[in-house]
Amino acid sequence: MSATAKFPQNTLTFSHGVHPEEFKELSNQCKIQRMPFVDEYTLPLGQHIGAPSKALVVKGQKVKRGEKIADAAGFVSVALHSPVDGVVSEIGIFDTPKGDVLPGIKIKTDPYSTQRTVETPVDFESLDAKGFISAVQNAGIVGLGGAAFPSHVKFSIPEGKNCKYIMLNGCECEPFLTADHRTMVEYPEAIIDGILILNRFLKAEKAYIAIEANKPDAIEILSNLVAKNSFPIEVVPLKVKYPQGAEKMMISAILGKEVPSGKLPLDLEVLVCNVGTIKAISEYFRKGLPLIERIVTVTGTALKKPANVLVPIGTPMRAVIELCGGITDDAARILLGGPMMGAVQKSLDVPVVKGTSGILVLGQNEVRDFEEYSCIRCGRCVDACPLFLNPTMMGLLAKKGLWDEMLEYNVMDCFECASCSYVCPSGIPLVQSFRVAKGILREKAMREKLKST
Amino acid sequence: MVGDFLIPLLILVGLGLLFGIVLSIAYKRFKVDEDPRIDKVEEMLPHANCGACGVPGCRAFAEQVVNEGTNPAKCTVSSPEGIVDIANYLGVEASEEEKWVARLLCAGGISEAHNLASYKGGMSTCRGEAVVVGGSKDCSWGCLGLGDCETVCDFDAITMNDNGLPVVDAEKCAACNDCIEVCPKELFVLMPISRKLIVQCRSLIEGDLAESKCSVACTACARCVVDSAPGVIEIKDNLAVINYELNDLTSPVAVKRCPTDAIVWLEGDNQFEQKKKLNLPIGRVEEVIDKDKYYQ
Repeated sequence: MSATAKFPQNTLTFSHGVHPEEFKELSNQCKIQRMPFVDEYTLPLGQHIGAPSKALVVKGQKVKRGEKIADAAGFVSVALHSPVDGVVSEIGIFDTPKGDVLPGIKIKTDPYSTQRTVETPVDFESLDAKGFISAVQNAGIVGLGGAAFPSHVKFSIPEGKNCKYIMLNGCECEPFLTADHRTMVEYPEAIIDGILILNRFLKAEKAYIAIEANKPDAIEILSNLVAKNSFPIEVVPLKVKYPQGAEKMMISAILGKEVPSGKLPLDLEVLVCNVGTIKAISEYFRKGLPLIERIVTVTGTALKKPANVLVPIGTPMRAVIELCGGITDDAARILLGGPMMGAVQKSLDVPVVKGTSGILVLGQNEVRDFEEYSCIRCGRCVDACPLFLNPTMMGLLAKKGLWDEMLEYNVMDCFECASCSYVCPSGIPLVQSFRVAKGILREKAMREKLKST
Repeated sequence: MVGDFLIPLLILVGLGLLFGIVLSIAYKRFKVDEDPRIDKVEEMLPHANCGACGVPGCRAFAEQVVNEGTNPAKCTVSSPEGIVDIANYLGVEASEEEKWVARLLCAGGISEAHNLASYKGGMSTCRGEAVVVGGSKDCSWGCLGLGDCETVCDFDAITMNDNGLPVVDAEKCAACNDCIEVCPKELFVLMPISRKLIVQCRSLIEGDLAESKCSVACTACARCVVDSAPGVIEIKDNLAVINYELNDLTSPVAVKRCPTDAIVWLEGDNQFEQKKKLNLPIGRVEEVIDKDKYYQ
């Protein structure tokens, strides 16, 4: 019985949320194409959450494609690899997509560099759980959904906890983005293979692949494939709703359980992993290919040729946009990531990093400068918030600068999905003020910690 | 009929009397003798409750002054006369505490720093702009110019000038730390007012690249290092850093050859004031120079 029949469409979902226009048709039929090498690659050392990697190379050193150029500094940190054959031309500080300037490595491409790599499978059969975790760390694999959290940290299950379900996140609820969709359509075997490799060490009972119902081709391909497996993998179509791809929302949709505030999915015996990440794991163990490239959706109404591109990490955003025909005169704003949570960019000279899921060029029609009016307490944001927070009250408190009071309204639980800002008829910058509040509260906690020590 | 209101009235009067007696006995028996001077000193303090002295509120500071003999001059808000009054009242010596002020380590206003984008977001505060890829300026360290510090200052010591930079009125500044905590770019520092040589830049980029982002950026050319006494200035991470332990050796000669005016010698007490022309010899001056001599 196929999963689609078992779960009639549009049944499983979470409560609240919004449904923005999708715009997926711009690129969801575009086959993944490979990005040719450019002259120079900039690799920031801090692309992931956690401690920045430690550089292993010196200026002038020759590096090979896939060679490790920076090592993990600590447990919550991963290694970094060169995406090309070339020479380290500079070790310095460079602009990053987050808007700050961080240490990084610049590599000048060898004109004879090829995209072919010698396939050197990693023998995972003989690895124990610890060996597997350090192998994942060494491969530089981070969560490719956007947050770039080191995957091996997720996979190292603490004592006393158990992983019963592996959940693959193929929801891709952000409008415009189709990178995960294309990954599922074009690399379904790698995804299934990745699950099986991962499960050798996690020993889960069952795996789910959650896919929003607007990707019927991916659901069909994966459903056909899982049927041939002995390990129970279930493809679960979910209702098209934002933010369905947030791990807490996905778990509540599939298992009907809520992850408590401040807890992790693992407390519900669930491990959530992006489909791109699982493909990276399979590619590392089968082909020996560390995380040196990722699939990026380059799209937007103001982009000439939307596409899904396999981009080497460190490629300047400008080169990727040029590959896709460049921007039209209508272009108004460029974002890294989707339109809801993506970061707007001020410069095209920042590199594509491990956490870049999309490059989005919005036209004049999609960008509006909201004029802010007073809150009319309509409560639409309360209806939209998937975490059942109270954005109305938190917005009012933020306006007055009452950060400590916002803490009582659990502002720290907010994961900035921007549903509240999306529905607000008064154009109040709710999510922006929550980000500010979270920053200030974190700083305050840090100061207090410093004082007490 | 009369009893209907008389009885409750009597009960209430009786209760009132009873509580009054209990309270007056408690007041007598459990009285805590407090130094009456604390009230007096608290009255003399400015009631700003700013915390610049390091204790929460003026009352706590008054207790410290009376009980622990803390120097009343630690209160940075009081006028010197007010401090002397308190010292005289307590019969202690009011030792001189040097005045500290907040200094901005950025001189890249609207006319100097290059903008890459225009910020039109909802929140018109620096904090709000900083969460959107670090603000619209090309320089990642630069002042965003939306005046969070002006809003937060309790003493009206900070005003935004026409160039989009906050000017600290040294006279009014109480060195209370508020602007330092609020600035998302961490551009304010507290300094004793005697420090006249300041590098008004925090950019860690060097050379032409730094200058292309902001015309007053420190390019790490190290001319100021050469021109000042040994050890006073050094280049650290592409930025000139002044060793203020050698503050006595600083001289305006160091700013003479700065190609971008990133390093300045303050003539008045405030930053960003009209500059007088300096007529100084070029190169290191070994003897301690009479600074006034060189102003035209």
